[in-house]
Amino acid sequence: MTEPTSPEPTKAPQTTSERITTEQVAKVAKLARLRLTDEELTRFTGQLGDVLEHAADLDLLDLEGVEPMAQPIPLANVFRKDVPGPILDRDEVLAVAPAAEDGFFRVPPVLGESE
Amino acid sequence: MSSAIDIAAAVQSGERSAIEVLEEHLGAISERESEVHAFNLVTTDQAIAAATAVDELVAKGGPLGPLAGVPVAIKDNLCTRGVATTCSSKILEGWVPPYDATVVTRLAAAGAIMVGKTNMDEFAMGSSTENSAFGPTRNPHDLSRVPGGSSGGSAAAVAAGFAPISLGSDTGGSIRQPAALCGVVGVKPTYGTVSRLGLIAFGSSLDQVGPFANSVAEAALVCEVIGGHDPGDSTSLPQAFPAVSEHLSDGVAGMRIGLITEMMGEGIAPDVAKRIRAAAEWLAAAGAEVEEVSVPAVTFGLSAYYLVAPAEASSNLSRYDGVRYGLRVDAPTTGEMMELTRTAGFGDEVKRRIMLGTYALSAGYYDAFYGTALKVRTLIRRDFDAAYERFDALLSPTSPTTAFSFGDKTADPMSMYLNDVCTIATNLAGHPAMSVPYGLGDDGMPVGAQVLAPALGEVAMFRVAAALEGSLS
Repeated sequence: MTEPTSPEPTKAPQTTSERITTEQVAKVAKLARLRLTDEELTRFTGQLGDVLEHAADLDLLDLEGVEPMAQPIPLANVFRKDVPGPILDRDEVLAVAPAAEDGFFRVPPVLGESE
Repeated sequence: MSSAIDIAAAVQSGERSAIEVLEEHLGAISERESEVHAFNLVTTDQAIAAATAVDELVAKGGPLGPLAGVPVAIKDNLCTRGVATTCSSKILEGWVPPYDATVVTRLAAAGAIMVGKTNMDEFAMGSSTENSAFGPTRNPHDLSRVPGGSSGGSAAAVAAGFAPISLGSDTGGSIRQPAALCGVVGVKPTYGTVSRLGLIAFGSSLDQVGPFANSVAEAALVCEVIGGHDPGDSTSLPQAFPAVSEHLSDGVAGMRIGLITEMMGEGIAPDVAKRIRAAAEWLAAAGAEVEEVSVPAVTFGLSAYYLVAPAEASSNLSRYDGVRYGLRVDAPTTGEMMELTRTAGFGDEVKRRIMLGTYALSAGYYDAFYGTALKVRTLIRRDFDAAYERFDALLSPTSPTTAFSFGDKTADPMSMYLNDVCTIATNLAGHPAMSVPYGLGDDGMPVGAQVLAPALGEVAMFRVAAALEGSLS
């Protein structure tokens, strides 16, 4: 549900409190490689808007100088020793792939996309 | 049904055979599974083979593991070599993992017998198991109600006596909330203490594997078996799981326990709040210093979580494109094939979260959404740290209500998300928390008390949980 009374044209929100539009959801679906029906587009836009509206409470916080926390533990750049170990069996992996040929995953033509 | 600990002792001593134990549980499954639907797959043949192998080991005089002959149910987002693993999604249709999750390997090495793969919300996104592509699981206490989610099948399997223990995963409460709703114990360990190699990723900075059981002692044992460093998981802490089993009877005398103010007021059903107050009073009577404590930033947890988790999910789930595994919908070009495959393979909730996450991460929005949420994570962690300067453990409800009815919250995703309001902050902080049954609500359905602790504070957490459990027996 968009805000029909808003006098402002659609633009990127600077805060979490502005409602997402059907145009934005359609664009996001395309980026995520999902195809939506018109009914889904309307329904998902409303539902995503509800979540973003709830998230608007974050705008109340003073986050000046607060460091972002991407993950909880003090580990970084964990490397294993550079020695060969057991790996997955290629035939076993390819046996459950949708299509395989000559030891590779097989896909339809990549070129010729209508984009 | 016997406990996992009693079963292992009986199998180790030769008093009972693993096959006999397995047959008892397969019997329980065939009796009630058609109405409960805890499993996506019951692995009867593999279980018989594994139980036979344990019995042969017993005949040879061992060595036998601490879970010898104990049936276990495994959430269907944990990879099992040669056994279909679906995440309750159509998009993984036909896929059979070529390797075992580390936790599955460790359970098998301890002598446990996998009896099946449990139903869940698709890709662990949900709080009721209604988002499964294979139909919902029902709460064994009342079949008209949900078991919670996303690990609803694993919780129901233990509650129904299909297996004494099971594994789930918890990204925002997906072990603790179904444990509460099904009246069993559920543990979300500290981030990094249990390997996630072979756990199909949802929110990689939040996901954690943990057990369900009928008792605190059984859950402690499973944590010790599955926990500890795994070189195959780069987020695995280089240390053993805290030795919790040996502290279960330490009691709570002298412990400082805080009742979280923000999780006792608005939005919490009065009958649930009443049980948690009773738990707090009992802990005080048992010698703990119990006080209310405010952890202000947790009220922003839900908002931060529903930006962070979908952002990570949108990235993790980009791998389902019809190329390497599972479903493929044929099309003239690879681009169209990917789009048609994802459109046909994912359910609505997964699509919502992928789109929400894609939006939160997209150019121009990243700072306003994802960036903001990560800063709020820091605030939540700070407020917990401040509370843990004064308290050894914290207490709250696990879920704001007892088990709800099917269809109650499916039309409005936001109302479903509010079920996670007490559990989510723990995942954002990377801390441990567990749910322990603490009596019944006004509707006669189980209420779960949540015990929270600082990172690697599992000993304190299990002590409090064991004391609460003991107060009811």
